[in-house]
Amino acid sequence: MDLLGSGIFKGMAVTLKNFAMTYFDRGRKERLPTVQYPEAGDTVTLFTRNFPFLIYDGEEEVDGMRCVACQICERECPPACIYIVKEKDENGKFVKRPKVFDIDVSVCMGCQICVEVCPFDAIVMDSEFEYSKEDRFGDLLFNRDELLKSNDYYHKIHPEEAQARDANLAAKKAADEAKKKAREEKAAAAAAAKAAAEKEASEKKDSPEASEPVAEEPKAEPAAPSENHAKAESEAKEKPAAEETPVEEPAAATDETEDAKEESSGGSEGKETSEEPEETAGSGEDDEKKAEEGEGVS
Amino acid sequence: MLVQFANWVQGELACSPALAKIVGILLAAVPLATVFALCFAFTTWLERKGLARIQNRIGPNRVGPFGLFQPIADGIKMITKEDIVPRSSDHFFHLIAPLLVLVSSMACLAFIPFGLGMTMSPIDTAVVFFFAILGMNTLAVFLAGWASRNKYSLLGGMRAVAQMVSYEIPLVLSAVTVVMMVGSLDTREIVGAQVVEGWATSENSGLRFLGQIAGWHVFTPWGFAGFIIFFIAALAETNRSPFDLPEAESEIIAGYVTEYSGFKFALFFLGEYIGAFAVLGLAITLFLGGWNGPNFQPWWSSDPHALLIPGFVWFFFKMFVLMAVLIWIRGTLPRLRVDQLMSFAWKFLLPLALVNVFVAGFLFHVAKEDRVWASVAAFVFLYLVAKGLSRMNQSDAPAPRKYHFAE
Repeated sequence: MDLLGSGIFKGMAVTLKNFAMTYFDRGRKERLPTVQYPEAGDTVTLFTRNFPFLIYDGEEEVDGMRCVACQICERECPPACIYIVKEKDENGKFVKRPKVFDIDVSVCMGCQICVEVCPFDAIVMDSEFEYSKEDRFGDLLFNRDELLKSNDYYHKIHPEEAQARDANLAAKKAADEAKKKAREEKAAAAAAAKAAAEKEASEKKDSPEASEPVAEEPKAEPAAPSENHAKAESEAKEKPAAEETPVEEPAAATDETEDAKEESSGGSEGKETSEEPEETAGSGEDDEKKAEEGEGVS
Repeated sequence: MLVQFANWVQGELACSPALAKIVGILLAAVPLATVFALCFAFTTWLERKGLARIQNRIGPNRVGPFGLFQPIADGIKMITKEDIVPRSSDHFFHLIAPLLVLVSSMACLAFIPFGLGMTMSPIDTAVVFFFAILGMNTLAVFLAGWASRNKYSLLGGMRAVAQMVSYEIPLVLSAVTVVMMVGSLDTREIVGAQVVEGWATSENSGLRFLGQIAGWHVFTPWGFAGFIIFFIAALAETNRSPFDLPEAESEIIAGYVTEYSGFKFALFFLGEYIGAFAVLGLAITLFLGGWNGPNFQPWWSSDPHALLIPGFVWFFFKMFVLMAVLIWIRGTLPRLRVDQLMSFAWKFLLPLALVNVFVAGFLFHVAKEDRVWASVAAFVFLYLVAKGLSRMNQSDAPAPRKYHFAE
């Protein structure tokens, strides 16, 4: 049999404790979480993510841009708030960077899917939140130059994530270089084999120089089946034209190139023909090279 | 000082009694209205800050130091806001209701002795008058609810009437015990009865100190029970949480003030707080020793009745302490249901108040040497009665559910 009205006094004690503890430093952290926003601006934590921005490496904003205008994010964006137009050089060829990259942050829902799908770590989430603008429509449509922020800034707002991404990029680059090297060696070996074969053929015709142009070409297609030795030469020459064709599935292509790489490293001289269509694999590798070149510029 | 000034003015105007009377009323009423308007402003600030801290917030802190000028900013906002009157409402009564609330609340203050000789209207039936005028509050609230022609307003008004009428009975009954024991309806005499006369004027300063407190009615069994009943009923009477059903915002928007905006709403707000001050003032007068408090004889004075701390300081101190408790309760207790509200008034407070009246009558006739034992017995008896009443009221609660399959 408890005291009459003890429930009320228990409740009063709880509120009194809550009231009193806010006046002591010990309790304030837990009991008074309010941040006086405009004066004390440490509302942004390491976990704050709201709208995406584009990263550039180094000093040059446009030249250091990681984005290659592959348009994956544009297609994946659920509210379709990204709009990309690829840049062309004076000859009408596509350059691997966007001419227009617009994000309508009034539409953006901050889902971070664009960040997830980007194979080049070119778009990441920002922690900036003071986006009040005078114009509802125009000012909230962020263009490429407004979206570009340096890698240093990214390191400042999300250090761990930025380091992870940098490490990832470095690993990718190293892997690509190793692959390139392997590819070159393979190409050289293939060229040597071809040269030897042609030499055998030409010994009767007395024309040993035929092998030389192939050996000097570093961008020869390694994944090409070696049955088409004769075709390989012409493909290597057509390659610049192939580069300009819009890339359809670079993400998938990357995976395929990985497969192709595994196969080529496992098998001897890429004799095993990959099940994938040759063209997609080729374009995927083109993409990889594009990324490498983009980094090389910076 | 003000009292002296008023007396001096009265003396100067002795040649024309009519003018003297008018000036006297003004001299009493204007400071009262001003002081309580300021008290109201301070209380709104106190309430917002206190509730905020209870809810782990900071509260208003932008206008002035610690947000102290927030009430002024609110007042400016209230005055400059558009006054919207529903087209189909009864314009005249819609206008007059907030005034009536304010007037009746303010008029109640006239009978409260704030200090020695500081009663605006010193009449010998002050307690009766107080309740009579407080009853007008109910009328005004219902007027507001009905004149607004809004279903929420009307519901709020109906609730207010039901609640105020129900709680007025225990409120008055608990005051009746005091009137019985003191034998007077005059608030000044009730305050005077709460000083232990022999002690308060003695040479011993410690005894003087105690004499100002020991006589408070709240330290007697009937006074203690009466004070608790009075305080709970006062909460309901002034529409304060947890009895704020007439303006329950989760159920009926804002109750009878739904259709009020701008300055009329401010008047309602002011009237309600002044009503709360008045009822708390009466509680202090009846049970908490009025303007008496631990006090000393100033060293320069040889008059045994002279006090270092003026009486009104004690009065306002007690008033703000009680106001803080009101705010504290508001920050703690959830709102009652309508049926709980009614059953609490009629099944618990009313019987307890009646029993308290009988206990007071019994103690009145107990011989002086048996008074200590009788008081202890009365305390125990009152507690047991309260406990039994609460037991009886709990009988219809459903038994705890038994789970057969869930572990």
